Amino acid sequence: MPDLSIQHLHVWRGERHVLRDLSLVLPAGQALQLLWANGVGKTSLLRTLAGFLHAEAGEVRWDGRGLRDDGSTWHRDIAWLGHELALKGDLTPLENLAFAVGLRRRVTTPTLAAALTGAGLHPAFHGEATRHLSAGQQRRVALARLALWDARLWLLDEPASNLDAAGQRFVAEVVAAHLRGGGSAIIATHQPLALEGVPHRLSTSVADLA
Amino acid sequence: MTPLPSTFSAAARVLRRDLTLAVRRAGDWLQPVAFFVIVLLLFPLALDPEPARLRLLAPAALWIAVLLSSVLATDFLFREDGRDGTLELFAVSGQSFAGLLFAKTAAHWLLTGLPLALVSPLAALSFGAPAAALPGVLAAVLLGSLSLSLLGAVGAGLTLGLRRAGALLSLLVLPLAIPTLIFGARATALAIGGEDASAALYLLGALAVFGLTLAPLAAAAAVRISLE
Repeated sequence: MPDLSIQHLHVWRGERHVLRDLSLVLPAGQALQLLWANGVGKTSLLRTLAGFLHAEAGEVRWDGRGLRDDGSTWHRDIAWLGHELALKGDLTPLENLAFAVGLRRRVTTPTLAAALTGAGLHPAFHGEATRHLSAGQQRRVALARLALWDARLWLLDEPASNLDAAGQRFVAEVVAAHLRGGGSAIIATHQPLALEGVPHRLSTSVADLA
Repeated sequence: MTPLPSTFSAAARVLRRDLTLAVRRAGDWLQPVAFFVIVLLLFPLALDPEPARLRLLAPAALWIAVLLSSVLATDFLFREDGRDGTLELFAVSGQSFAGLLFAKTAAHWLLTGLPLALVSPLAALSFGAPAAALPGVLAAVLLGSLSLSLLGAVGAGLTLGLRRAGALLSLLVLPLAIPTLIFGARATALAIGGEDASAALYLLGALAVFGLTLAPLAAAAAVRISLE
């Protein structure tokens, strides 16, 4: 199983040097929860790893290969859940899920429906327009996508926002199942997920990573 | 890991989704066609509606209306997908980003360029064009609107996420659309005049092929910059 290694990463956003000489190693099967204060660079780190932001210096290696050398393999191996959920209000949750997961793998409608139900979305809502769902229910649809996305490294930015206590437990269970399967995750959050029984690290500041 | 679906299959999925969304929000894609028709209706009202004069003005009026309607439609090509995170999903899907954006552009052309092309012969008729000219007018607008959609995709990518993107998009795209305007208006004028329009149509075809070759790559690069 691949490890993620980041060495001496520097990222600027405009005039701001948001990530300064950041290094970390994340072994396979582990999660790293970033509990840094606002504006310190949690989202910038995730967006850099997802390939949305350009790092001015440093190296990101995955499975021994550099991110810059092999971007397509990298994207094949990651799953991204950002602030925006990539859902269309005029499509049903089932259609949204079928579309997104279909970009990655072939999947049957019963599998999609089971994933939605497993994510806590009652079957009565599967055929509703997504815009009629609450923010928490929409997030559950996005979490169902994550579970079906078939990626080894999950990059999650505030995955439990808008979720009730049961929803937050569900996120922790999904992430824990992913880790038990040998996957890894980097999670930016203000409320740490209760990842019991699986290896994970909490980082409260950038200095923790050194 | 399960094998990744082919780029063609993923692109077809994007195309199908955009067409489904368009069916559920008919107002979005009807706007450019309605704008096109209204602009063309204004010409006879503002000018002396003498048939010979209208026929003379038809190519210019038609192509200015096509150009403005296309730019109006282009403004919302990537905007919603940029706002709701869909473009980020595309970028990490492992699929060809250019391929998925090309599928979006194709859907956009089917929903805006194709209806404009289908309405154009009727518009030409209302300007006094002979029935024999209609295939030429249709072919010219089909090819020209395809180039405009491809060009618009690059402009929409560059202005994605900017405030007042609509005005900037017009400033970017309209000057680059001048060759399409010139050859399109020329082909239309020749068709209406009963002459052979094939040379101008070939040039419009060449512009469309040029756009098909380069625009998806340029649009993907532009959208990636906007995602930062």
